[in-house]
Amino acid sequence: MSKQMSGAEMVVQALKDQGVDTIFGYPGGAVLPIYDALFHQNHVRHVLVRHEQGAAHAAEGYARSTGKVGVLLVTSGPGATNAITGLTDALLDSIPLVCITGQVPTHLIGSDAFQECDTTGITRSCTKHNYLVRRVEDLARVLHEAFYVAASGRPGPVVIDIPKDVQFASGAYAFDRTAKHKTYAPRLKGDMDAIRRAVEMMARAKRPILYTGGGVVNSGPQASALLRELAGLTGFPVTSTLMGLGAFPASDPKWLGMLGMHGTFEANNAMHDCDLMVAIGARFDDRITGRLDAFSPGSRKIHVDIDPSSINKNVKVDLGIVGDCAHVLDDMVRLWRSGGHRPDAAAAKDWWERIDRWRARKSLAFRNSATVIKPQWAIQRLYELTKGRKTYVTTEVGQHQMWAAQHFHFEEPNRWMTSGGLGTMGYGLPAAIGVQMAHPDALVVDVAGEASILMNMQEMSTAAQYRLPVKIFILNNEYMGMVRQWQELLHGGRYSHSYSESLPDFVKLAEAYGAHGIRCSDPAKLDDAIREMIETPRAVIFDCLVDKQENCFPMIPSGKAHNEMLLAELADDAGVELGAVIDEKGKMLV
Amino acid sequence: MTVQTASAPPSPYSSAIGKSNPETHTLAVLVDNEPGVLARVVGLFSARGFNIESLTVTEVAHEAHLSRITVQTRGAPETIEQVRHQLERLVPVHQVTDLTLRGSAIERELAMVKVAGRGDARVEALRLADAFRARTIDATTGSFVFELTGRSDKIDQFVELMRPLGLVEVARTGIAAIGRGPEAAG
Repeated sequence: MSKQMSGAEMVVQALKDQGVDTIFGYPGGAVLPIYDALFHQNHVRHVLVRHEQGAAHAAEGYARSTGKVGVLLVTSGPGATNAITGLTDALLDSIPLVCITGQVPTHLIGSDAFQECDTTGITRSCTKHNYLVRRVEDLARVLHEAFYVAASGRPGPVVIDIPKDVQFASGAYAFDRTAKHKTYAPRLKGDMDAIRRAVEMMARAKRPILYTGGGVVNSGPQASALLRELAGLTGFPVTSTLMGLGAFPASDPKWLGMLGMHGTFEANNAMHDCDLMVAIGARFDDRITGRLDAFSPGSRKIHVDIDPSSINKNVKVDLGIVGDCAHVLDDMVRLWRSGGHRPDAAAAKDWWERIDRWRARKSLAFRNSATVIKPQWAIQRLYELTKGRKTYVTTEVGQHQMWAAQHFHFEEPNRWMTSGGLGTMGYGLPAAIGVQMAHPDALVVDVAGEASILMNMQEMSTAAQYRLPVKIFILNNEYMGMVRQWQELLHGGRYSHSYSESLPDFVKLAEAYGAHGIRCSDPAKLDDAIREMIETPRAVIFDCLVDKQENCFPMIPSGKAHNEMLLAELADDAGVELGAVIDEKGKMLV
Repeated sequence: MTVQTASAPPSPYSSAIGKSNPETHTLAVLVDNEPGVLARVVGLFSARGFNIESLTVTEVAHEAHLSRITVQTRGAPETIEQVRHQLERLVPVHQVTDLTLRGSAIERELAMVKVAGRGDARVEALRLADAFRARTIDATTGSFVFELTGRSDKIDQFVELMRPLGLVEVARTGIAAIGRGPEAAG
C-alpha cells in the first residue's frame, strides 16, 4: 500500500514508522519544508538545540542510553558541517545515528549556491554510509534503508542529504518491513566450529581473561546478561574498555576494573600475563594495547566481533569469530554447559592469587586531603550519594573522564555515555540532554571539566527550554588537566596554553540560564553540596573546585607495555623524575 | 595511480611482529553503480594508507547497475586481508574477490602508444609493433598510434622499445582481470 505525499511528509512518516519519538535539530532554509511537516503532527517530538554539534551528541546520548537509533535534523551548508564532529564521534564509538540534512535544490547543486556544501562528499569518511536523494521516488526507500544500515551490524551514523525541491515534490510513500537490503547483510551468528574450538580453549585455559568492549553494550541487554552468565560459569576474571563499562557489574568479585592507559594495575597485568584472552566486542585500540610488540606476549587470543575488519587489524589473534556478541555468547554458554566443562579449580586458585596480589597494590588509591577536594574523592562521593538511584552518567573528555571511569561504578549497561574513540570535548552536556529526553525521571549527571564544558555551554539553553534537570558536575582545576599532565610528563612542565584563563563564574552562569548554581571547595561540605545538586529539580551547574595539580594515575606511559604501569605511589615519591619515564619514542605518540 | 604513504619511523604502537613481505594482489570489487561509489573505494585506500597500483572501473551489468572495480594493491598479506575486509564494509559493495589468492588469474591491459618519426625509426617501430601483435589504429606520414593488449609487463616492454624510436605519449587502461575456469568470482 503506497500513499501520495510530499518528500517532507515522507520524512516525518518514515520517522513515525521507524518508531522514532524524539529528534534533535536546528532549522534553516534548506529544511523548512520538513520543519513545516513536523509542525502538522504530534508523533515526533523535536528538540531545538543551540548548535548542530549539540544535536549530534544529544542524538548519541539518546541512542546510547536507549539502544535505539538517534536522529538529528539539520540544514544545508553550516548546519551539516557543524554536525561533522558528532557524526565522526558516532562512527568511532559505533553509535547508530540517522542524520537528515537539507540541501539546496537539485538544479543549484554544484553552483556554490547559498548555504551549499558537498555534504555527501564531506561526510563520506565520517559516516557508515550516506545518501544524496535526487528523486522523490527514491526517498521512502532511502529513509528506511538508512535506519537499517545505521542499526545493523556494527552500528554507525548515516547521512541522508535531501535537496529542497525533493522535499516539496510529491511521490508515493511505502514502508515494507520485510524488504531486504541487496548488499548489506551483516553476519550475526558465529561459525559453530570456531565457537566450539573457542570453548575448548577456554576449558583448557589456566590464566584466562575476558576482555570486553562497547560491542557488548551495542549488542543489547541480552549480551550483557549472557556475559554475566559466561563469567559465572567459567569463573573467568573480566575487564572492559572505557566503552564497555556497565556490561559487567562492577560489584562482582570477578570484575578487575577498566583496562588500558588509565586502567587498573590488576586488569592490565592480568591482560599481560594471561594465557588465554577472550576479546568480545572490543577492538584492540592503541589506548588499550599500549606497546603492541609487548602486548600480552604469552597468550592465545580469541576475538569475537561483528565487524570482520576488526579481527587481526591491530593484533593478530589465534581464533577470530565474526558474529554478534549476544549470539556468540549464547552459543558459548550453551556449549560450555553441554560439554560439561568445569573451571580448573587449581589453576583458578593460582591465577586469582596472582590477581589479588595486583589488586593489593590498590592502583586507584590517592592521598586524600582535608583542605582541598581531590577530584577522585569528588567522584567517589558522587557515586556513593547517587547509588541506588537510576543514574546515567555522561562525561566530557580529559582527566575528569578517566576519574569518572575509575571511581564511578556501573552495574548496568547503557548507563555510561562517553566519547571514547574520538575523544570529543563538549560531548557530555548535549549527550546528557539526549539521555534526559529519553529518561525523564532519571538522574542524569554530566561529569565535566571546566574547559570541556565551555565547548558546548550554549546547550544549557536547550536544557532550560525543555526543563531538563541535567546535573553538570564540573571538576574545576583551572587547567585542561590532561593536557597539563602530558606537558608535565613530556614537555618539562612547560604548560603552554593549558591554563583555563578568564573562566566564567559558573554559579552566575547557571543563574543566567535559569538553572541552579552550586560552588564547593571545602571537602567537609562536599556531601551536602552533592545532595543539594541531586535534590534540585532543575538543571544544576556544580562548580567543584578541586586540587589543581592532581594527575590521573595509574597510567601506562606512551610506548610502554601493560606491565610497565606508572602508579600514583611511584609518582608521589620524591626523586622520581616523571619526565624521564617516557622515552623519545614514546613522546612521538599521542 | 598510486596512493603512497610516507614511510614513517617504526612506532611502538605498530606491530613489528608478523609483518610479512609485501605482495601485489589484484582484487575484483563488484559494486552498485551509483554516484560516489568510486570515491568511497578510492577514499578508503587513501584514508587508511593502502596503496593503489592500478585501478579500472566500468559498468559490467547494465540492468543490475553493477560495476566492477579491478584494483591492484601492494602490501603485506595481512594488510591485503585488511583491505579486503574494509572494502566489504562499504555498503554498496556486493563482493570482493582476491584474484591473486585464487591463483593464476588472467590480467590484461590495453595501451595506445603514439610514436612519431621518419625513415628507419618509423620502419623499426612498425616492425616491432607487428612482433608484439599491436594494431595500427591511426597513421599519418609522420606518426602511428598503436593499440596493444596484454599483460602489463609486455606493455612496459613495448613502451620501452618505442622510446628511442620517437615515443610521443602513452594511454593505458590499467588492469582488467578475471579468474580462469568456469566459476564466477565470489
